[in-house]
Amino acid sequence: MATQLDSNPASDLDSFRDEVRQFLAENFPAELKGTNNALSSVEGPTEESPAQKQWREAMGERGWGTPTWPKEYGGGGLTRKQARVLDEEMAKVGAYNPIGGMGVMMFGPTLLEYGSEAQKKEHIPLITRGEIRWCQGYSEPNAGSDLANLQTFAEDKGDHYLVNGQKTWTSGGQWADKCFAIVRTDKSDKHRGISFMLIDMNAPGVEVRPIQMISGMSPFCETFFTDVKVPKENLVGEEGQGWTIGKRLLQHERTNLSGGGALARLMGTSLADVAKKYVELDGDGAIADKVLRDRIADFEIRWNSFLLTARRATEESKAAGGVSEISSVLKKLGTKLGQERAELIIEIAGMQGLGWEGGGFTEAELSAVRAWLFGKATTIYGGSTEIQNNIIAKRVLGMLDHQ
Amino acid sequence: MAVLNEEQEMLRDMARDWATNKSPVTEFRKVRAAGEPQAFDKGAWNTMAEMGWAGVIIPEAYGGSDFGWLSMGLIVEELGKTLTASPLVASTIAASAIILGGSEDQKSTWLPRLASGELVATLAVDEGPRHAPHSCSTSVSGGKLSGTKAFVQEAHGADLFVVAAKDGLYLVEKGDGVTLSTRKLTDQRSHAEVTFDGTPADSLAGGGESLLDDVLDRARILTACEMLGMAQQVFDTTLDYLKQRVQFNQVLATFQALQHRMADLFGDLAMMRSAVEGGLQALDSGFGVARAATIAKSEANRVLHTMSREGIQLHGGIGMTDEYDIGFYLKRARVLEASWGSSAYLRDRFAKLGGY
Repeated sequence: MATQLDSNPASDLDSFRDEVRQFLAENFPAELKGTNNALSSVEGPTEESPAQKQWREAMGERGWGTPTWPKEYGGGGLTRKQARVLDEEMAKVGAYNPIGGMGVMMFGPTLLEYGSEAQKKEHIPLITRGEIRWCQGYSEPNAGSDLANLQTFAEDKGDHYLVNGQKTWTSGGQWADKCFAIVRTDKSDKHRGISFMLIDMNAPGVEVRPIQMISGMSPFCETFFTDVKVPKENLVGEEGQGWTIGKRLLQHERTNLSGGGALARLMGTSLADVAKKYVELDGDGAIADKVLRDRIADFEIRWNSFLLTARRATEESKAAGGVSEISSVLKKLGTKLGQERAELIIEIAGMQGLGWEGGGFTEAELSAVRAWLFGKATTIYGGSTEIQNNIIAKRVLGMLDHQ
Repeated sequence: MAVLNEEQEMLRDMARDWATNKSPVTEFRKVRAAGEPQAFDKGAWNTMAEMGWAGVIIPEAYGGSDFGWLSMGLIVEELGKTLTASPLVASTIAASAIILGGSEDQKSTWLPRLASGELVATLAVDEGPRHAPHSCSTSVSGGKLSGTKAFVQEAHGADLFVVAAKDGLYLVEKGDGVTLSTRKLTDQRSHAEVTFDGTPADSLAGGGESLLDDVLDRARILTACEMLGMAQQVFDTTLDYLKQRVQFNQVLATFQALQHRMADLFGDLAMMRSAVEGGLQALDSGFGVARAATIAKSEANRVLHTMSREGIQLHGGIGMTDEYDIGFYLKRARVLEASWGSSAYLRDRFAKLGGY
């Protein structure tokens, strides 16, 4: 039965695998082996080395950085099975995907669904080639969890909108070329007064100020719009459809934040291995502090159970051809456990786990502190845990709307 | 819910249908009222056996269907939802010991009769109130076993005991030299202290050094399946109740304080299900069983404990009455939590398995 449903018979997949291997041998620079995509990180450097550039262009040319996106807009046009082969072969040679960022994770899939033909032709190829950085213009000072309360106003001026207002928590805003934003086009209707539009970050009247966070990093910005002209062709969908489109995009965001994949890699080292570096061991090599040992085991069991849940959500979604009911809990569970782990790590290391900068600390110790602090954002952004709980209660459990 | 094949879906639907229609909690109430020592309905057990449930993990060569552990788990979960009193879990665990450690002769003697439900078997390991499988004073000399086992499940209905002694597992038949002393626990099911006094015992010599641990892991996973069914039922019942009960002119389900508690429980339940299904899948693949079993039972303990407490609290006073079923789940939950490893025991085991 599997072979009947399989649009790629095994022999075709084998020849595709050969094609991938040859491509990687010819195009992946050996010096990049085992490194990450610096450009997809909001905190990362913006200059790419010649090797990084060559690799990005080679992947972009093929569309393989966005392997399952349609070929006509620069995607790879691959089936899921082919994409998996590509993943496997890249992993074997230690190659990262040089095409990433919010354009790939959130905006691209949404535009493919709601954008006009002209918009897709204009914007998607730049994303698939990794030639543009997008940022998200959603939150405002008075529109956080109550996102639909946003006030940034786009006034209709005939052939363009004139946008005024302030966005905040704009991840990577200081490096972005463009912004996908939800703005108000009608003040009389909270939800249906919202429209989804694309704003050039280099346009006159756009000002970006990085916000220094408790972690010492500035991954987020305040973005001010003062009389910014946005051409009418940058409206996605219809006027007033922005809330629907914007929420759809958030689903892509949550899937990415819940942490089946990336988070699992970050959490690769077991807490016990961390503990063994800092705390006393007994004769059998076990952690001598029985209370700490118990707490580590308690965490690791729940963490494993979460990983199994993330895997189950993927399997169920695939089998059902839709999003699994339990996907709704992944973000809430994964982010909470991630924070718990970060707290345990710094606790295990004692004062050595609280270093801010300078001598006396390893790089891993210093980055653990920053990660612990930055991690506090995870239960707030992308829909706070409280908002996730509202969604689960109402949409999944069918509990009625609260007053 | 794991992605099931057609055969597994059929089994699950059959079990769900039977449990809902033929074995609702009112049947457990009848068993309780009847007060018979074996604490299950023999007619119901015969029906379960006729449906093939006693032989799901037993190879076809010995009269079972060999449908595997995931299939078995699906049935046990459904029965857990309605607190169906039966020796199915105990007998299946005992059968797995014979499958893993029995000689050809022992398998062909016992497995067909266990698969048909004609015989009931149970596992007797612990000698005190807390699970401590590796501190055992039961011993065998000249083929005669002596020792006392505490809180043996389904002891009253058992024809055959799989008994842990210092040097391994033994099969002991009910009869002379086997004395039961009833220990009625809060769940009102069958538990007894069982004393063996020079009773003839037949060694399960196969299965290697880890036989006892391997069997206990099966006990942990299957028990976790029953607990999963119970947790799911407590959650569903509580959610229904919150949607009906009106206070302050509002149904309780509209209160955000309660919505968020239910969302938390829903997340816990998702994790419990993943852990339990992970255990069943490990058994079917034969890979990483010890770790998966420890995670499964540990998560089952954690989540059912919370769920059964919250279930009562969210029902309010009515949840404290014997007339409501919810209290039965609380009582059974604690008995199963203490079976085959408390949370603390399991965390210790998890750490040992992880080399710390």
